[in-house]
Amino acid sequence: MYDVIVIGAGVSGTCIARELSKYQANVCVIEKGDDVASGTSKANSGIVHGGYDCTPGTLMAEMNVRGNELLYQLAEELHYPIKKNGSLIVCTVPEEAGKLDVLLDQANKNGVPGCRIIGKEEALAMEPNLTDNTVAALYVPTGGIICPWGLALAMGENATVNGVEFKFETEVTNIEKKDDIFVVTTDEGTFESKIVVNAAGSFADIIHNMVSDNKVEIINRKGEYLLMDKELGDYFSATVFPLPGKMGKGILCAPTIHGNMFVGPSATDIDDKEGVNTTQEILDDLAFKAQNSYLTRTKLPMNKIITSFAGLRAHLPQHEFIIEECADCENFFDALGIESPGLTSSPAIAERIVGMIQAKHNFAKKENFIAEREPMVVMEDLTLEERNEMIKKDPRYGSIVCRCEMITEGEIVDAVTRPMGARTMDGVKRRTRAGMGRCQAGFCTPRTMEIISRELGVPMTEISKKGKGSELLVGKIKED
Amino acid sequence: MKSYDIIIVGGGPAGLAAAISAKKEGIDSILMIERDNQLGGILNQCIHNGFGLHTFKEELTGPEYASRFIDQALELNIEYKLQTMVLDITPEKVVTVMNREEGVVQYQAKAVILAMGCRERPRGALNIPGYRPAGIYSAGTAQRLVNMEGFMPGKKCVILGSGDIGLIMARRMTFEGAEVKVVAEVMPFSGGLKRNIVQCLDDYDIPLLLSHTVVDIEGTDRLEAVTIAEVGPDRKAIPGTEQRYECDTLLLSCGLIPENELSKQASVELSPITSGPIVDESLETNVPGIFACGNVLHVHDLVDFVSQEAGLAGANAAKYVKEGGEKGSTIVKINATDGARYTVPSSIHVENMADLLTVRFRVGAVFANKAISVYFNDERVQHRKKQIMAPGEMESVIIQKKQVEAYEGLETITIKIEDYSK
Repeated sequence: MYDVIVIGAGVSGTCIARELSKYQANVCVIEKGDDVASGTSKANSGIVHGGYDCTPGTLMAEMNVRGNELLYQLAEELHYPIKKNGSLIVCTVPEEAGKLDVLLDQANKNGVPGCRIIGKEEALAMEPNLTDNTVAALYVPTGGIICPWGLALAMGENATVNGVEFKFETEVTNIEKKDDIFVVTTDEGTFESKIVVNAAGSFADIIHNMVSDNKVEIINRKGEYLLMDKELGDYFSATVFPLPGKMGKGILCAPTIHGNMFVGPSATDIDDKEGVNTTQEILDDLAFKAQNSYLTRTKLPMNKIITSFAGLRAHLPQHEFIIEECADCENFFDALGIESPGLTSSPAIAERIVGMIQAKHNFAKKENFIAEREPMVVMEDLTLEERNEMIKKDPRYGSIVCRCEMITEGEIVDAVTRPMGARTMDGVKRRTRAGMGRCQAGFCTPRTMEIISRELGVPMTEISKKGKGSELLVGKIKED
Repeated sequence: MKSYDIIIVGGGPAGLAAAISAKKEGIDSILMIERDNQLGGILNQCIHNGFGLHTFKEELTGPEYASRFIDQALELNIEYKLQTMVLDITPEKVVTVMNREEGVVQYQAKAVILAMGCRERPRGALNIPGYRPAGIYSAGTAQRLVNMEGFMPGKKCVILGSGDIGLIMARRMTFEGAEVKVVAEVMPFSGGLKRNIVQCLDDYDIPLLLSHTVVDIEGTDRLEAVTIAEVGPDRKAIPGTEQRYECDTLLLSCGLIPENELSKQASVELSPITSGPIVDESLETNVPGIFACGNVLHVHDLVDFVSQEAGLAGANAAKYVKEGGEKGSTIVKINATDGARYTVPSSIHVENMADLLTVRFRVGAVFANKAISVYFNDERVQHRKKQIMAPGEMESVIIQKKQVEAYEGLETITIKIEDYSK
């Protein structure tokens, strides 16, 4: 019997788990995917939003601004990749310049610090590669970029160290309440808990509807992206947005925390909750925008696209977060409609949900809570002397496996063997960036497979891209 | 800082031939650096035969071809390091390397030979829409898994792109009991050698669809199917021509990209056409003392030509070390036009030129019964009929130093593809 079962190990679920791990409660996170951040949290823009575009007075606005503050604070003890690079919302049509004033007013009402409108000259001084059509821009100094996987991993790892149990590749199929106890049925068995937290992203409506008569429906709003080579990583230093439209914040051009540049996301509503396929039409449209100085001064070279991907936003028609105890099901807490700025809001959502749980249950604080997470070694970031020290301690840090991102065997072994370690190729990729570079794992795939196989003691044929059903090999070759 | 006369980056066919040649030219202080755990480079996974016809007049497998060079390098006592990654090369030729035993170390070289080879163009760069399941491999990755690790990546296979590795893998997968359903090529011609199309596809009744590409990928976990459509002259899919193929594996053989990240760090200027360094008659780049050869310079069709070219780079680097990098002042540009896409080299210092200079190039389309012409300024000086020329096969012309020297006021040599005239 658990005190709390959290359904979903995306950024919301892992932040909630980490927040809960401060208390003497028996907590379990159940996740359908093979790893943290394998659904809605996986493919998004990786942006720490300032909070300028949320309607004042909404929960979304409150969560965004609080989340922004918490993300920078928590990075100091949890060591996930984050950078305050600022956001620029660029107006390129003179008639629409008034919309910037509206955004600034919203930003001020929402309590976003330091925002101001800047003219073309200042905008271009800040970002020399901005389109010459720039009229003016809203500058949001608290805007940032973050690695969404890095955040979920840091939260998940630290929660694990503090006693939270994670069950991956476990899909919730039913929830029943018997005598105040939730019976959570999964494809891997049945689990009981006093409290359930629904942080299931795109699937949160299905989970919610299992226990409540107030049915909700999440709209899956797909976003497609083009990821560009690191050669373009410093094209912009800030995150550059167009003026927002009714489907969201628009298609932006931004550096990623790992030094690439992306163009996206598009916005299309689809029926399939797992419809993360890219489409020719949208990819062509993104390429067209990138070619026609939509926000950029120059045409972005299309031969520098290293990959494209798509993700889903868990959109509710009212475009507002629902973060509350379910009205007709006591001790069932929802985090519903967590779309952008959901990533930014995630630590605030956790604070709010755990606050609500604590107000009712008042679990005692853990005295031995470990707030600090052991940082991951990133060899490329170290000085020559530091690298040599690492290699002297463990020679595996001297052996490059991923040539494009310069990831060593030591880093991959660490990713596999640390708390809540990687078990799949995607798991290694998310933790270390091995396979994420320009050759897209062409060279390192066999080596990484061998390392996972050796470290976990599983045969090569069981190594998968992202869990059961996605094995990379079908067997041995004919033996003569 | 320890120093070497010549540091060679890469221990594949290019690096080996360059090292051997430099050594034979009297340079003792040579270091060859290889990132893999053995010398020989990509040849180690090319277990099919057909290598070495030009060099050894016999058909060897990739490892056999490599071992002839490796044996020679060992005999000549050429120093090399395995499992060692070059992290940086500066224009001043300080080479930073890393390995398990020594950590990060810097060496000063008098000359550097770039021989890093190339990589395959991945799916992302092709911008194919659809899902991102397991089962999509570049052909070379699959080749390594099958030939070196002994594993099968799939059973029902579609191949996109008709580059040589894709063609070779079509046959290899068939040998291992997989069903290869089709090879689709977006261009109206194959990117591979004619002999590979005959020996790897035709002999096994594997269809090759020219002007076709993959327009959709299905399967959330493992690949389930791909859709192939015909493309028009603009290389966009023609609606209504889509055909779905159930498969668990998609191999990509859509072009090779010279791996020049280190060259860029060393301020080496690259050609936008080959993606390799721009070199002169000595295969020397714009950075004095940095030479390039093999697939890092331009993608070759036959390893024999890599070995020849690398031998020249090694000899020229040796000359640079022994005599200094003095260059003559008479420079002749080499242009490629009318169907010829590029040339290597792209300029000649006449004084530094060998008696006979091989200029290699590729054509941009298939040409039947045309001729390769060489012009000195506006005057045609060579005109040679070729029955067939295709982008998948490298062409070459030979320029005589005597003739270049004798030609007064020579500024440009132009190579073009023309109608044949007697």
